[in-house]
Amino acid sequence: MRVDNDDILRSSGTDVRKCMKCGKCSGACPSFDEMDFPPHIFVSMVERGDAAALLSSKSLWTCMSCFACVERCPRGVEPANVIEAVRASAMSPQGANRMRPEDVPVFLGAAGECLVPQQLLASAFRKYSR
Amino acid sequence: MTKIGVFVCWCGSNIAATVDVDAVSEAIKAAPGVVFATNYQYMCSEGGQAAIRSAVAEHGLTGVVVCSCSPRMHEATFRKAAAGAGVNPYMVEIANIREQCSWIHKDKAEATAKAIALARAAVAKLNLDRPLTAPETPVTKRALVIGGGIAGIQTALDVADAGYEVDVVEKSPTIGGKMAMLDKTFPTLDCAACILTPKMVDAAAHEKITLYTYSEVEKVSGFVGNFTVDIKKRARSVSVDRCTGCGVCSEKCPSKRAKSEFDQGLRERSAIYIPFAQAIPNVPVIDRDTCLKFQTGKCGLCEKVCPSHAVDYSQEDEVITKQYGAIVAATGFKPIGLERFDEYAYSRSPDVVTSLEFERLCNAAGPTKGHLVRPSDGKEPKTVVFVQCVGSREASGIGAMKGKPYCSKICCMYTAKHAMLLREKYPDSEAYVFYIDVRTPGKNFDEFYRRAAEEYGVHYIKGMVGKVCDEGNGRLTVRASDLIENRQLLIDADMVVLAAAVEPDPSARALATLLTASMDTNDFFTEAHPKLRPVESPTAGVFLSGMCQGPKDIPDTVAQAGAAAAKVIGLLSKDRLVGNPCVASCDETLCNGCSACERVCPYGAISYETKTVVDRGAKDERRVASVNEALCQGCGACTVTCPSGAMDLRGFTGRQIMAEVDAICR
Ligand SMILES: Cc1cc2nc3c(=O)[nH]c(=O)nc-3n(C[C@H](O)[C@H](O)[C@H](O)COP(=O)(O)OP(=O)(O)OC[C@H]3O[C@@H](n4cnc5c(N)ncnc54)[C@H](O)[C@@H]3O)c2cc1C
Ligand code: SF4
Ligand code: SF4
Ligand code: SF4
Ligand code: SF4
Repeated sequence: MRVDNDDILRSSGTDVRKCMKCGKCSGACPSFDEMDFPPHIFVSMVERGDAAALLSSKSLWTCMSCFACVERCPRGVEPANVIEAVRASAMSPQGANRMRPEDVPVFLGAAGECLVPQQLLASAFRKYSR
Repeated sequence: MTKIGVFVCWCGSNIAATVDVDAVSEAIKAAPGVVFATNYQYMCSEGGQAAIRSAVAEHGLTGVVVCSCSPRMHEATFRKAAAGAGVNPYMVEIANIREQCSWIHKDKAEATAKAIALARAAVAKLNLDRPLTAPETPVTKRALVIGGGIAGIQTALDVADAGYEVDVVEKSPTIGGKMAMLDKTFPTLDCAACILTPKMVDAAAHEKITLYTYSEVEKVSGFVGNFTVDIKKRARSVSVDRCTGCGVCSEKCPSKRAKSEFDQGLRERSAIYIPFAQAIPNVPVIDRDTCLKFQTGKCGLCEKVCPSHAVDYSQEDEVITKQYGAIVAATGFKPIGLERFDEYAYSRSPDVVTSLEFERLCNAAGPTKGHLVRPSDGKEPKTVVFVQCVGSREASGIGAMKGKPYCSKICCMYTAKHAMLLREKYPDSEAYVFYIDVRTPGKNFDEFYRRAAEEYGVHYIKGMVGKVCDEGNGRLTVRASDLIENRQLLIDADMVVLAAAVEPDPSARALATLLTASMDTNDFFTEAHPKLRPVESPTAGVFLSGMCQGPKDIPDTVAQAGAAAAKVIGLLSKDRLVGNPCVASCDETLCNGCSACERVCPYGAISYETKTVVDRGAKDERRVASVNEALCQGCGACTVTCPSGAMDLRGFTGRQIMAEVDAICR
């Protein structure tokens, strides 16, 4: 899987250079203990152009999209949106087939068996319904 | 015809790297009136100024154009150099080819062409300049200090010691400011009251100092050397002359439910109260909002019990008007409100306190008499978490900008102090300090912080607290990150202390408007130059002392207060001030008396008089505008407002401006 760091920066819609490495996001994160890369490190790695290393990160799927980090970050960095941008990249890698609107019902699956991770739907919902 | 010399400055490479200075000095020789042109590496240097002097002598120059940096930088320098050579200083024009040209352009050919155009404009204007003489005004030898914290007290003492009268206006019932609330002070841990109260007493006893407490500045007019100020003395309801400060009134007062401002709301006070034992003046005020006599008409107990018959319910606010030569703003600061920081449970738990509340809880004169206990149940805390940078260093964004973008500068140090005080009082306690950075530049400051960590065993953890939960059983759970060990901590704490960001006193903005002094976006007063004129406001005669200019600890505040005093003394020691001759003047033959200019003048410098005007040989009685040249600041608002073109600014006439435009558009 390949990922373009600039794409991540763009699609997250946030400026990771504003991060002052205070760790408040990770201090607030309820999933911290389930994460290999906690939110402040996630932000830091994207900031130095290493988003590729995060594509297989466990954090992508243990982040609950609770947005506590977004609420608390004193610099307006919105770590959850960075995580979500990488997550979206992992779901639709460049060069691979992209999801078309018609596919959405397929991904949702039959009653009770959602085929995409719930986080993706939840966070997409939060992001696009804002 | 003016004989003009043009001097093009390289400003090292600042200008010369982008503008072909040879081409400029060559091209400008063709402009009308120019008899000499040259260029030089640094015009502001002694060598550059000497070049002006010798060219004046050699070519008989009567006007000088310097193509250099902004006139804000060196207009005064070049005017002085010209005057030294016998040229009228108002026959000097600056063409700004640095800020307005070399710094903002990349293409050398274009920048050079623009520099030539700017030089031509300056020459065109200079051809219409006439020699001007600066007016002189007398100086009122008295200073006004607004704010009676340590900054205001120190400035007042220093100015008074030099022999000048000083009035201090303090809005609260006592002088002392925040320093009076502190317990011990970093970096020496000496007691705040022990070093402050003698100064408060000195200020009160000084024959040259008059204190107006419980008072505010209501109106300011005039200008440097000659300000007229209205001071509103709010009714204390107690006679300062009669009261002996015995305190019987406060003791007997039945209304005791108001929160003590001085004790940060940690204690209740009576309606008639003295903020703290060493208050100056040691005279109570009646808070009319909570006084039963004022609210219901019943009571009047304090009047009856006062042995000195000092209580006087009929007192009214009083406005006094006085003259000053200089004004010092020393309005200080306050910690920001933390209502919006839900994550720290400040509004929910009484055991989550601000650092200033913590000072009061440690202070022997505080609500607990110095017995450091939890506000909720009065128990001694065993585990205390200190959070630095609460509301400081924020950027705009979704969750952010509940606070301030700047570093509050004092909280790293006072947090180290608080952690030490805790460990000293309770050696079996645990102190955790969460920090983003520990910023301790300052003499003996880093050593102080290291002492907290090394000698007092304070746990310093790099990371921020993400959430504080009030568990309801007297416990606080603190969830935080430890960035060095990359783990998340859960700490079971008895108390949490929040180092809240500081902000300017909320009254400062209105005051700045009264003083026509400028402020930055955070409402700190702006200094005239961030490096070279740090204690002067850009408004002449207005000076800055203490936290009102930016976050500062006591050593910095006192140093700045002394510096402001030195500037005030320098001003008051002059008998006369040289003013600005570039003021508005009215051509009475054109004025139709419409009053448009009077309405638009922000300095109230224009009035009307009926005069006999000679217009083309005919005598006529007319109502015409007249400019008070001492009040006029030369802003030019009237000149563009006047429908008849009667108003003109000396040195900046309409014809001169048009000549500049013509020269550029040629
Ligand atoms: C918790 C805490 C602990 C601290 N500990 C230390 C320490 O240990 N060591 C140290 O060096 N520094 C310490 N400081 C910093 C110190 O308090 C300040 O440096 C100092 O108080 C600044 O003095 P100031 O006179 O500029 O402002 P202030 O103390 O705020 O005084 C300003 C005064 O002006 C009055 N005023 C405001 N507006 C008006 C108005 N419009 N008209 C009339 N009067 C007005 C106010 O009522 C006040 O009396 C601490 C600060 C805090 C918050
Ligand atoms: S959104 Fe994800 S990373 Fe952010 S606090 Fe919630 S779980 Fe943690
Ligand atoms: S809270 Fe914001 S500024 Fe602090 S480490 Fe996380 S992303 Fe960076
Ligand atoms: S007003 Fe009267 S009772 Fe109150 S402190 Fe003064 S002298 Fe004492
Ligand atoms: S002084 Fe220290 S605690 Fe205060 S804002 Fe600056 S870095 Fe933060």
